[in-house]
Amino acid sequence: MNKHVLHLVLARLVIALITLVIVSFTVFAATVLLPGDVVEILLGQAATPEAVAGLRAAMHLDDPAIWRFLQWFAGIFTGDFGISYANNMPVADLIGPRLLNSLKLAGITTVFSVPIALTLGITAAMWRGSWFDRTVTVLSIGVVSVPEFMVATSAVLVFAVYLKWLPALSFANEIHSFGQMLRVYAMPVITLSFVISAQMIRMTRAAVIETLNTPYVEMALLKGASRSRLVLKHALPNAIGPIVNAVALSLSYLLGGVIIVETIFNYPGVAKLMVDAVSTRDLPLIQTCAMLFCIVYLFLITTADIIAIVSNPRLK
Amino acid sequence: MMRSATQFRAAGYSINIVGLIGFLLVFSWALVAILAPWIIPYPIGEIVDFDYFGPISDKFWLGTDYLGRDILSRILMGARYTVGISLIAVMISCTLGVALGMTAAVVGGWFDTILSRFLDALNSIPSKLFGLVVVAGIGSSIPVLIMTLAIIYTPGAYRFARALSVNINTMDFVTVARARGEGTFFLIRSEILPNILGPVLADLGLRFVFIVLLLSGLSFLGLGVQPPNADWGALVRENIGGLPFGAPAVIFPSIAIASLTIGVNLLIDNLPQKIRDRST
Repeated sequence: MNKHVLHLVLARLVIALITLVIVSFTVFAATVLLPGDVVEILLGQAATPEAVAGLRAAMHLDDPAIWRFLQWFAGIFTGDFGISYANNMPVADLIGPRLLNSLKLAGITTVFSVPIALTLGITAAMWRGSWFDRTVTVLSIGVVSVPEFMVATSAVLVFAVYLKWLPALSFANEIHSFGQMLRVYAMPVITLSFVISAQMIRMTRAAVIETLNTPYVEMALLKGASRSRLVLKHALPNAIGPIVNAVALSLSYLLGGVIIVETIFNYPGVAKLMVDAVSTRDLPLIQTCAMLFCIVYLFLITTADIIAIVSNPRLK
Repeated sequence: MMRSATQFRAAGYSINIVGLIGFLLVFSWALVAILAPWIIPYPIGEIVDFDYFGPISDKFWLGTDYLGRDILSRILMGARYTVGISLIAVMISCTLGVALGMTAAVVGGWFDTILSRFLDALNSIPSKLFGLVVVAGIGSSIPVLIMTLAIIYTPGAYRFARALSVNINTMDFVTVARARGEGTFFLIRSEILPNILGPVLADLGLRFVFIVLLLSGLSFLGLGVQPPNADWGALVRENIGGLPFGAPAVIFPSIAIASLTIGVNLLIDNLPQKIRDRST
């Protein structure tokens, strides 16, 4: 890695940090500075002026907003995320086990969908214009242009209602055997895999096709190289950067998908926790979950950018 | 005569059959959204069937919902919310984004840098999450939804318009206009905008699809359009209990969303060459 590349990567990291600050400010502002008094909502019927004033003082709501923002922002880095309004537990304790569940779901989905999506994307690009390519393209465009919950409901209709292979919308918290685990994870994983695979297939296909259009691949074609040699030996090594970039970007679609999937399948993950927190207006919990999602998202897109920079042969 | 007619069409404004199908889908949903109150077979709030999650029948073309209300009527009325909210939101976000994008490209300098950095930061909040956070903060109502959707998709429109405008900005006719002493507003309106209009319209269509998807997603989570009103996402949510029996009440609202979004996609992908490549 030379100096120029290092400089670009560092610049990208600095941008990510600045973005993180702006994002955290936006999240804080959206939940705290906007109208709608939390205290009155929390107290409900018991909102006498004295009680409101007392609770405001206890929650430090009378401090200037910028000061509260700084305290909250510092708290993110020291692991102090505040206390949940709804059940008085530290937010970190609430999120911990849920995060593990969500990561499990995301991990299994990634392990399943990345190899399948890459294979489909690369083979579609290899036989561009064939019926196979057209089917894959139409299906992936179809999945991309419908809402995630439609993918989920369709999966339920196909696998649970018509084929009767899997339970419909139940989620068992008690897992005793491998078979049970399979049945529990199958539906959410299938749905999420469809959502992110569609993106990944499209981007991988585009990346490979772009390298196939380069002069050196044309040269190899004119020399009489076979199609598979053309793709595997000449195009693919040069498309690895864009492909890894596509994978990282597609994984960021996990975040949107996971919110829907955890809700529809009643899966005890962070996204479900957050959606529930929205209905109780549990602001510290919402803020922390939102920051968590934003950090993961930022991490994925920054990684994608850095991979694109590092793998660009023109910069070497 | 025939020949000259086809030649005229071949000159760039012809649309192929797939694009036409897309156009018809979009056009008919727009018509439904406008005419809904006069064409619904039953009042939307009225319980018309003793059975809930009723099947497709002569009386109820798309079955009945979890309370025994007619699903066809509810979908037709739901079009007003889904299409209407999304359309207003996409208009706001594209007007704002394109105006800012062109200004940033023409003005340049610090204005451009700071605005770009800020909007890029907004862009790195996942859209569904942004919606959740705002709804948590101020509750859900139709004006709030429209503004939230508009704000979420402004950075994308800005980025797209700015990228196009930067290219136009380096062209000779812009330099000439500058040398003539024209102001920023004139440059934007008379030199930049006419040259990016085609791609911007195509981008508006795609952004409309994203907004429809996000709105439906939020409504599905119970954070979008609130009862007693229901857009298509909310209809799926209401009737999700019918999923294990494969009730038509949960299938058809989803199909309505899919037909709209796929219709727009088909239309945009097959737009006449002249509109798509206006900038080149």
